[in-house]
Amino acid sequence: MKLLESPAVKVGLSISIATGLYGISFGALASASGFSFWQTMTFSLLMFSGGSQFAFIGVVAGGGSGIAAMTAAALLGLRNGIYGMQMNALLRPSGWLKYPQAHITIDESTATASGQRDPDEQRRGFWTAGLGIFVLWNIFTAVGALAGDALGDPKRWGLDGAAVAAFLGLLWPRLKGREPWAIAAAAALATIIAVPFVPAGVPILVAAVVAGTIGWFSHGRSDEGMEPDVDPYPHGQSSADPASGERNAK
Amino acid sequence: MNLWLWILIACGLAYLTKLSGYFVPAKLLRSPRMMRVAGTMTIGLLASLTVVNAVASGQSLAFDARLGALAAGAIALWLRAPFLVVVIVGSAAAACLRLLGWR
Repeated sequence: MKLLESPAVKVGLSISIATGLYGISFGALASASGFSFWQTMTFSLLMFSGGSQFAFIGVVAGGGSGIAAMTAAALLGLRNGIYGMQMNALLRPSGWLKYPQAHITIDESTATASGQRDPDEQRRGFWTAGLGIFVLWNIFTAVGALAGDALGDPKRWGLDGAAVAAFLGLLWPRLKGREPWAIAAAAALATIIAVPFVPAGVPILVAAVVAGTIGWFSHGRSDEGMEPDVDPYPHGQSSADPASGERNAK
Repeated sequence: MNLWLWILIACGLAYLTKLSGYFVPAKLLRSPRMMRVAGTMTIGLLASLTVVNAVASGQSLAFDARLGALAAGAIALWLRAPFLVVVIVGSAAAACLRLLGWR
């Protein structure tokens, strides 16, 4: 009972439900893109990073090769390495605990922990969000995969349109301010120019190089693009430092 | 079978990337430049994936019902709809446009 009184646990639970639910869209899109039930589940169980999972199936659905899909997924997962470093410094997990903790190090668990000030609350927030999302994300991926199989022709249901909206929905929370919009526009332009000239899937990697180069040579916020898909502190009620509260405020 | 291989390699890389943060000396990853590249790359990849899924058809560009899904999704996001609603709106827009005869 005492656990439910913790603000971090409450935030962690609500973010788990909001994020876990959209596992349905991943499951349905994966099965519509031709992935088997167990391939779809492998993504959610072992890869467990929404953006990378959508990227892999998105590249394959567009006719890209397995290696291009893998590369896009790996590049999109790079920010999780930064989160791992931040959570290692913040939560200081002991020896073996690092291994399971690493697996649930994603946008939302990191954001939930970072929004708390008390070290115990940070730890509770991280684990509640991480484990909660892991369980619900996998349950709803399975539901989506089974539903997607039952739907039949994906185009009739506009599932290709669902994929477009899903990627835009993942991108949207990261477009706060003029600079991220400029980066997104440059990447979109590079993609359109590259499509006729290189095999399917490769334009995405071209755009990654363009965006990475912009990041390397420009000077701006160092946490650009590091926003969670679902914001645990949408009204800026985070109890952490003012900088992070400001970042979380809409 | 080949696809299974790439899936498993991608899963392995995803975990190793997360784990590396816990073992790599913080100095290396904490470099603001590395953090910026990881962040701007995330934006670039997601923007590119949005565009590819909206207008690419193999190696050519196609302007079809998916553009309607893009517009509908953007409006839903602008109205602050939650992610799942955005996805359903995108899917419904594409399906409706096809019913109306726009491929």
